[in-house]
Amino acid sequence: MSGDPSPRLPERDRPWMMRTYAGHSTAKASNELYRRNLQKGQTGLSVAFDLPTQTGYDPDDELARGEVGKVGVPISHRGDMAALMEGIPLGEMNTSMTINATAAWLLALYIVAAEDQGVAAHELQGTTQNDIIKEFLARGTYAFPPAPSMRLIADMIAYTVEHVPKWNPINICSYHLQEAGATPVQEIAYAMSNAIAVLDATRERVLAAADGRGEERIEQVFGRISFFVNAGVRFVEEHAKLRAMSILWEELGRERYGVQDPRHLRFRYGVQVNSLGLTEAQPENNVQRIVLEALAVTLGRDARARAIQLPAWNEALGLPRPWDQQWSLRIQQVLAYETDLLEYPDIFAGSKVMDGLVEELLGGARAEMAVVAEHGGAVQAVPYMKGALVDSHRERLRRIESGAQVVVGQNRFSETEDSPLTADAQGGILVVDPALEAEQIEEVRRWRSQRDQAAVDAALESLAEVARAPDGQENLMIPTIAAARAGATTGEWARALREVFGSYRAPTGVGEAAAASPDAELGELREEVSRLQEKLGRRPKILVGKPGLDGHSNGAEQIAVRARDSGMDVVYEGIRMTPAQIAASALQEGVHVIGLSILSGSHRELIPAVIDALHEAGVTAPVVVGGIIPEQDVPLLRSAGVAAVYTPKDFDITHIMRDIVELVSTTENGSGTKPVERTPAAALPPAAGNGASA
Amino acid sequence: MSADGAALGARLRERDLRAAPAALNLLESTTPADREQAAALLREVSPAALGGEAAGHLIGVTGPPGAGKSTLLSALLGAWRGEGRTVAVLAVDPSSRRSGGSLLGDRARIEFDPADRGVLIRSTAAGERLGGLARATGAAAHALAATFDVVVIETVGVGQAETEVADVADTVVVVVQPGGGDVLQFLKAGIMETPDVLVVTKADLGQIATRTAQELGAALRSLGMSETRVLTVSSLPPASGIEELLGALSEQRRAIDLGERRLSARRASALADFTHEHGERGLRALGGRRAAERLLAEQPPALDTATLVAVLERGSDG
Repeated sequence: MSGDPSPRLPERDRPWMMRTYAGHSTAKASNELYRRNLQKGQTGLSVAFDLPTQTGYDPDDELARGEVGKVGVPISHRGDMAALMEGIPLGEMNTSMTINATAAWLLALYIVAAEDQGVAAHELQGTTQNDIIKEFLARGTYAFPPAPSMRLIADMIAYTVEHVPKWNPINICSYHLQEAGATPVQEIAYAMSNAIAVLDATRERVLAAADGRGEERIEQVFGRISFFVNAGVRFVEEHAKLRAMSILWEELGRERYGVQDPRHLRFRYGVQVNSLGLTEAQPENNVQRIVLEALAVTLGRDARARAIQLPAWNEALGLPRPWDQQWSLRIQQVLAYETDLLEYPDIFAGSKVMDGLVEELLGGARAEMAVVAEHGGAVQAVPYMKGALVDSHRERLRRIESGAQVVVGQNRFSETEDSPLTADAQGGILVVDPALEAEQIEEVRRWRSQRDQAAVDAALESLAEVARAPDGQENLMIPTIAAARAGATTGEWARALREVFGSYRAPTGVGEAAAASPDAELGELREEVSRLQEKLGRRPKILVGKPGLDGHSNGAEQIAVRARDSGMDVVYEGIRMTPAQIAASALQEGVHVIGLSILSGSHRELIPAVIDALHEAGVTAPVVVGGIIPEQDVPLLRSAGVAAVYTPKDFDITHIMRDIVELVSTTENGSGTKPVERTPAAALPPAAGNGASA
Repeated sequence: MSADGAALGARLRERDLRAAPAALNLLESTTPADREQAAALLREVSPAALGGEAAGHLIGVTGPPGAGKSTLLSALLGAWRGEGRTVAVLAVDPSSRRSGGSLLGDRARIEFDPADRGVLIRSTAAGERLGGLARATGAAAHALAATFDVVVIETVGVGQAETEVADVADTVVVVVQPGGGDVLQFLKAGIMETPDVLVVTKADLGQIATRTAQELGAALRSLGMSETRVLTVSSLPPASGIEELLGALSEQRRAIDLGERRLSARRASALADFTHEHGERGLRALGGRRAAERLLAEQPPALDTATLVAVLERGSDG
């Protein structure tokens, strides 16, 4: 046997970069968390920003109400960024920022914070997510219309290739597509189509530079583009998906962009594994799901992740605490340091099964990419892709409802002992102190009053000028960095650009979703709806509303589509509605019932605000709420006047619909606005499980 | 328990904007008790009760999906509100599905200030009436014209939808986007009735928009429809052509014989409602469509649609 080559690598591989998606409350509190995490053996930072920061609003904006410091850290200006990174050497750190619409701004703040530490921009390493197409498709934190958004991305790429060469300016995300319901084929195809749209836009920008080095820079740009992917619990197929993506990526580089250098052709990706499949019921089972999903992205060396962050076991319940996140970091460390995983070359080389799976996925993905291309590319195809995702997600939910897809502890084996993990007063999650919002509002006002206002005004004016220039030749990063240096705020930077670019509402995808083929249960429900219609004299009409900045609209979309499929008239206006807008719509549309969805943890503030606005408008229709609502908050919502609360463990949407029909029926019988006594039996789909995730 | 139709109608007549949502709920209802109250409501806002035609400008806006109707309406809403005029928009969704349910998404695309009580947007499904307006839309539009300065009926499609809108509106606007060649074909083939105003959107695209407008103008002239105005607008900032469009709408309204147009609209709506409810058999009982039209023509001009339907129903019973 001594003649055979060793099946082992000559030297054990170095582990991937380990991160935890973290940030909450304030810059100072998050800084302390980061430093503790680094001491625990985390090797990179992953910054979670709160929704106002992600969508370009200051803490004192009306739309920011209830959202400040909730799903991430609020960063309004260079002072906040300096506090966030205090004592962390930015010349050595590798920082990933989950930031998109306002990515240029947050990178500018990071560059300025590094300057303050005496670190030059060209030394900085890290990633800005910066993938706007998936925000339109799945995540919802967009700020500007598609065309100027693509310009901002192209400007950032062109700028960083030159001045921040070790930075990954964009992470093409397939992660959120899977969270929105994408099949593996859709995930591959839409992510690749998205990358093509970004590369085409950047190519124009880079080739326009008159120094004749355009072609060389395209190579570099291609080499700087990384991906952010997802992995579900079907870990064998998920691994095949990653192998298929690396093959397609290399092909794309060679054939479409003429890239030659093999280093630039490598498919580089970071990963956060699946939140969609995490359950609220028996949440401890999520630990084994997370472990298996981590295997999907590490098993085969040829398609192993460069950086990994794992969700916490309790994400479907609320925001994870530092201890919950530590548990997930330890999963990575056991995998990397205790097991023999890193001692071998690719363990699937020559596997017929793996190669077959990869071929199958490649075929499907190529066909779907051709469909997107026929629509004119990813930007043009947003409505098509959104509709397809809503369809896929609905199919997935129906399989879970019917039991065809098993979810242990949820639709099968649901008998359980009480979990000691959720037994503490807060239900085993992080609760952000609501007083923090008021403090942040004070703080940003103090910041504004203490800076050189004339310098800020001038900086914002030149930003607007560059944005307005009809030729669009000047790079927006330059005035953006100047505004960051001058002390402008996140809200001011975004407002200056909104005034030039206009604002935008993305397609909801629900209009494009095909009608469901009725099963027996749905058929029965339709009959109930018809009977109710006869009684009411009008078709039952429901308003589905998403108050606040939370862009996780999968649950709301599924409710809207199922309500339509049950025969109701559905008014759904998409995300980011103010309480006043929701009340105006409810009144003008004459709806019989209002369903609100919130996953960002801001329900304690926003739901009562919506109910007040409804009362003020004289609307008496009952209100139901769905989302990531911790058990202990349910009484508060009920006493505010909410008729029923649904959480991720209520996964049967048809059941929710039956509840709603009954609620309308009893309300219209004369019980008026009085909440109907009921046990929440059903609810928002498990899609709800991604509130706290990237 | 039904709402009090006469009281709601009186409030509409007194231009109480807050009465509108409840009035619409009642007009859309099909229960016998509600239908009775709805008829009472309509009597209160009939030309007889108002002492003339309702003052509001009824504007039908129609065009193929993606033509930019909602963006155009956002810009028009801003301009009308700037002049202090109140506006109601009845957005008719064409979707009619096996389940009967509909997703009404149009209001999401129209921008307005939710705190502004001078704007009302109501979405309705076209429902079972193929390609046309919902049963209540015609009656609702006429009722709201007593209360709002402008009432817009927005429908999707070209051809059938635009014909039904023409039966209800004082002014019909057809919206097309640059390169929208099918409208040209529809006009030539006579599938489409002549709109009062043709709007080519997305003027910011430049030449292609101007060329589309020129082609449409030429086609209309060659068909002898030179009274139709053709305008190009850009609804996105910086908007252009909105002032001109407002001017064209007002001019067209001044030029028509409002009493005549509204009267024939009420008669057409009544006949359509009756036919929808009672079918061809109902028409035969009246001695056919022509006879029904003659019966309607004999009625006093100030009657509202619901009363006219009742006249037809009595005629077919006898």
